[in-house]
Amino acid sequence: MTPVIEADGLVKRYGRFTAVDGIDLTIGKGEVFGLLGPNGSGKTTTILLLLGLTEPSAGSIRVLGLDPLRQPLQVKRRVGYLPDQIGFYDHLTARENLAYTARLTGLASAEAGRRIGEALGRVRLADVGDKRVGAFSRGMRQRLGLAEVLVKQAEIAILDEPTSGLDPQSTQELLEQIRELAAEGVTIVLSSHLLSMMQTICDRVALFKRGGIGLIGNVAELTTGVLGGTHVVEVEANGVDLPCVLKGLPHISAVSIIRPNHWRVDASDDVRAEIARKVVNAGGALQSMTIRQSSLDDVYVHFFEGENHDVAA
Amino acid sequence: MTSRREGSPFQGLATVALKEAADHMNSARIHLVMLLVILTAIGSVYAAIGQIKMTVSEDEFLFLRLFTTAQQPLPSFVSFLGFLIPLVAIALGFDAINGEYSRRTLSRILSQPIYRDALLTGKFLGGLLVIAICLLALWLLVTGLGILLLGLPPSGEEIARGLAFLFASFVYAGVWLAVAMAFSTVVKSPATSALCALTLWLVFTVFWPMLAPLIAGALAPVDPLNPMTAVHQINLQQAIARVSPNVLYGEATLALLNPATRSLGLLFASQMNGAIMGAPLPLSQSIALVWPQVAGMIAALLVLFTIAYVAFQRQEIRA
Repeated sequence: MTPVIEADGLVKRYGRFTAVDGIDLTIGKGEVFGLLGPNGSGKTTTILLLLGLTEPSAGSIRVLGLDPLRQPLQVKRRVGYLPDQIGFYDHLTARENLAYTARLTGLASAEAGRRIGEALGRVRLADVGDKRVGAFSRGMRQRLGLAEVLVKQAEIAILDEPTSGLDPQSTQELLEQIRELAAEGVTIVLSSHLLSMMQTICDRVALFKRGGIGLIGNVAELTTGVLGGTHVVEVEANGVDLPCVLKGLPHISAVSIIRPNHWRVDASDDVRAEIARKVVNAGGALQSMTIRQSSLDDVYVHFFEGENHDVAA
Repeated sequence: MTSRREGSPFQGLATVALKEAADHMNSARIHLVMLLVILTAIGSVYAAIGQIKMTVSEDEFLFLRLFTTAQQPLPSFVSFLGFLIPLVAIALGFDAINGEYSRRTLSRILSQPIYRDALLTGKFLGGLLVIAICLLALWLLVTGLGILLLGLPPSGEEIARGLAFLFASFVYAGVWLAVAMAFSTVVKSPATSALCALTLWLVFTVFWPMLAPLIAGALAPVDPLNPMTAVHQINLQQAIARVSPNVLYGEATLALLNPATRSLGLLFASQMNGAIMGAPLPLSQSIALVWPQVAGMIAALLVLFTIAYVAFQRQEIRA
């Protein structure tokens, strides 16, 4: 996998506050990479560093083999950015807004017109392309932002909280369009709090914690790393000292109480048969047992347990 | 590896400037302010023509009187411009940068292949372009009204003086545009930056002429036994008053539109030896006379723009 984004010991300080603290990161071509973490954990600052919109205090970054600090124009020509709560000029139409950024990108008028028409069609805004953006809903604005990335024909799309504040239908539509982009081989860097979306769409995820990357990998690697297993079994049973009994079983990494007589068991395999046998052998009465794959939600909750989720930036 | 950034800092400058100019030209805010300016200009020029017809039998610079003649209660066209140009410039620039923050468009625009230099300078040039178009249209309107109602064409020197006056007005507007843009960069809220710029305008328009003599009196009191202390106080008062761009503009227009003006400072009788009272100065002499005022305004413009530039370059882009 050819690396398109490489960060080495990246640090960003604002006065005494360290927003990004020694990040090492490599993202490959065509990869869908998720940035996950509480507010203020350094995700947006990392994105701004990748775009050359802010200078690192230490470390180095290469984007498409270029230095965003010294060659920002080349980087920005090849990287599309959809910021959190994207803003457009409300008095201009969707087409005019796109035409303005296309001119800034240096596209010739005819080529820009062609790409804008295509992009508006792809994000299903063709019929409102000549309407003022002031009348657009948040979902339409986000799709228009995606259209801007399409017009640029970006090799990397950086999407910062693209689904924040969207209704479920708009979220699904946007997600579909992000999937299409990924299928075309565009490298996508995605920051979001929508964990289920991140789980389904991302090849790998980095968990940001206090400015650094706490963990990095695909969902299976993260669940193994954080939870010690990829399966979650919820057990409801009566019996004496059942958590201690269950902890002794192979493949089980953790047993935690959900409510009285109701436990959550994290395991690296399907251990329902062993649990049933052990509960019965210990003189307990098994009432119910369900199993599911560990999700990014489980990883997130476990990893950021006790963290302040709104760290001051 | 070189530490220089690649490419021109002004890539995209023309695109930004033309978009800004088009936005201003189509904005209701500027339409309203310009309507106010045009109505007051027509009113003051119409009144001036009536006054000229009643009181002037012959004048070498009849056309220039259009700009400077007042008929109570209306002030002259030049006085109106001195008062209203800052309003137009502030209306154009008060939300140039903080408006991009509040609309959340800044990070999206700066993620395009342009530098901040191009965005700020483009916005400034876009505003200047609109001001230039408005002033030229206003000047042509006044001149056209003069030709229609006086029945006389302007002379070559009157046109040249008119153009020099237009340039001075343009620079004066540039100073206030730079003031508005500096506030829009330093102050986060557009409403607050508009208030700051308007406060400064009010201070220089209304209070500064009152404050300058008070400050000069406090700094250099007059000794009744030493007449030179009075001269010193007047010079100091004039220097303090000239901190205000309104004063510089007033002096510049006075000398350009009234060719008989021989000095903008204190003039002793001994210095008038040999001078023919009321005789006009040649245009080149009038320009030499006002050049310090115009240069002062250009310097103020550059300093204010530099403040905006440095502040904008140091800002974090998170919107």
